[in-house]
Amino acid sequence: MTRQPDTTPALLIRGARLLGGDAADLLVRDGVVVEVGSGLSAADAEVLDADGLVALPGLVDLHTHLREPGREDAETILTGSRAAAVGGYTAVLAMANTSPVTDTAEAAERVHDLGRAAGIVDVHPVGAVTRGLGGEELAELGLMHRSRARVRVFSDDGRCVANPRVMRRALEYVKAFGGVISQHAQDPDLAGPSACCHEGELSGRLGLPGWPGVAEEVVVARDVMLARHTGSRVHVAHVSTAGSVEVVRWAKSQGIAVTAEVTPHHLLLTTDLLAGYDPTFKVNPPLRPEEDVLALRAALADGTIDAVATDHAPHARHDKEHAFVDAAFGMLGLETALSVVASVMLDGDAGEFGWADVARVMSTAPAAIAGLADQGCALEVGAPATLTLVDPAAQVVVDRDASVSLSRNNPWHGRTLTAQVRATLLRGRPTVLDGTLVGG
Amino acid sequence: MKRHLLSIDDLSLDDVETLFATATEMHDVQHRSVKKLPALRGRTVINLFFEDSTRTRSSFEIAGKWLSADTINITGKGSSTSKGESLRDTVMTIAAMGVDALVMRHAASGAAHQVSQWIDASVINAGDGTHEHPSQALLDAYTLRRRLGSLEERHVVVVGDLTHSRVFRSNIALLTRLGARVTVVAPPTLMPSGVGPWSAAAGFATSYDLDEILPTADAVMMLRVQRERMSGGYFPSPREYTVGYGLTRDRLAVLGPDVPICHPGPMNRGLEIAADAADAAQSAILDQVSAGVAVRMAILYHLLAGDEAR
Repeated sequence: MTRQPDTTPALLIRGARLLGGDAADLLVRDGVVVEVGSGLSAADAEVLDADGLVALPGLVDLHTHLREPGREDAETILTGSRAAAVGGYTAVLAMANTSPVTDTAEAAERVHDLGRAAGIVDVHPVGAVTRGLGGEELAELGLMHRSRARVRVFSDDGRCVANPRVMRRALEYVKAFGGVISQHAQDPDLAGPSACCHEGELSGRLGLPGWPGVAEEVVVARDVMLARHTGSRVHVAHVSTAGSVEVVRWAKSQGIAVTAEVTPHHLLLTTDLLAGYDPTFKVNPPLRPEEDVLALRAALADGTIDAVATDHAPHARHDKEHAFVDAAFGMLGLETALSVVASVMLDGDAGEFGWADVARVMSTAPAAIAGLADQGCALEVGAPATLTLVDPAAQVVVDRDASVSLSRNNPWHGRTLTAQVRATLLRGRPTVLDGTLVGG
Repeated sequence: MKRHLLSIDDLSLDDVETLFATATEMHDVQHRSVKKLPALRGRTVINLFFEDSTRTRSSFEIAGKWLSADTINITGKGSSTSKGESLRDTVMTIAAMGVDALVMRHAASGAAHQVSQWIDASVINAGDGTHEHPSQALLDAYTLRRRLGSLEERHVVVVGDLTHSRVFRSNIALLTRLGARVTVVAPPTLMPSGVGPWSAAAGFATSYDLDEILPTADAVMMLRVQRERMSGGYFPSPREYTVGYGLTRDRLAVLGPDVPICHPGPMNRGLEIAADAADAAQSAILDQVSAGVAVRMAILYHLLAGDEAR
């Protein structure tokens, strides 16, 4: 996919530590990195002082809910794009469970066009796997791919493609154009619509409907076998259990084309947060116990899990102010994802994990999974200047009221996180400078 | 005493003794010809029931009226959906009318807990989903104490659908606190998830075998089996349930003549409890109902009239 570079003045980024390594200057012209080195100068260029900042390729989110069309009171493509940019993102994949559902070429093009109009991040619609997310008939997968939205990732997210015959056909069909199915793995008979708390001692004590890890694991196991059988690619959305990690690890060892993502919240938050029945912590899949969290971190570090994806799920306040089982699933994630990953992974117990690994799991790998050629590129001459600059030492107390999202269902409120996005560039054009939106 | 009664955990052992002492006094009032006390005159108690209930609601209503509170029943139909009014809006609207206590029943676990964080009035949990039903546990323990004296080291056997029982959850907390040895009995499919570590931490025993447990029981508490659980999902048939876990006539014969039989009602006669057991001389089931009013009077009194005493 080629795109006209945005016409912007030349920009000299001075002293950024590329992937956390040595400091270098980057000269950007017409949206492209034209020179990398030390002591660069260009009389016509604006200077962006990046001393002490870490430069990463712009982040790519495989899993975002932008709510438009249908729930523009909770988020729009514009406000979600802003939240993404503030979080260091330059591309997001917008999930299909809007109203109407993104299950036609026209619906996909509308999301695509609104994303272009907002112009803050690249918004790539995810297409539904089945018509209306109904789980029965395939949506117009090929037409969505042929549309100007060039849809490559398909998901019924929010619902599982539970029927194995439908899943098999979807996996086979998208092979024709290099598509991938991103599966929300939840066996609906083992974890029904009311399931909302990790099944274990806490759900037993609280009397909340249990969502057992096995409901995810059986679907992941089935899907990797279907991927093997069909020779297709499958992507596991928001992996949440140690058992799923084991299955994915085995599948990769067998050469099966499976990739997996984990959310920031599943890397840090645990099920005991539900003890106060606060729907802010209600999410699907649910928060899991410590042992799952540790297994997910280890899997992200060793590459079993390929990517971090936010599952950013904004909700209007009144949709969260119900009794716990009746409240909406989901939590915000775009603005805090990088800080959470940095806080958890960089000096955690998950082994050696550096900024280059952050770039891998939050940019390069997700761009590759989604087939985005101009995202997740190495910071070198000739590459699009699509990048983010991070202050690695910043300590930030999250304030939900400071969010640029329209919603406030922020599980990180009041927490201190390490590292903060200072600037984001999309093809050379700053969308965020000094930690705040440009022109916003 | 805390301002709300959401869970047995809100009560100290002293609070429980205080409530029982007051309930004993209130119990005597029930036998007077004029039952009204002026204690809560001018106070307003709303019974907000989002879920059907006959006995709990009327028990709270009578308790409020005998204490001279203005008692109003509101039945909220249907649990909220994302399209309907939020729970917060519903209770904020009612609270804005100026109420002193909200007695609340809701189909969702934790609902009373959430509401208590939104409004100033005292919130009394009259059953939240499959979580807790503290006034039921208090009246059960009160009833058992009147029959058995101290519950210290007495063996209480709780039988039935534990997974879906708020009565079980409140009772396990209160009975163990009062020193009773508790064994809960159910088929594995009706045991709550994580009951192993839970029972170890909370100090109660579990069993799948009622006949092994029953001979050492000092009291038996049978729980209702909900009709919607009977269709083969949790156990094969009502007949099989009765054979395994019902308090049948044969099992009644195993119990000592002074072993009280409790049931929170409504009963499925012939399923979890045989008519002979329900109507036996040792049955405490109607005592529970009568104690319910006294215990709820004590709860309302201490949560509301207690304001001035503090």
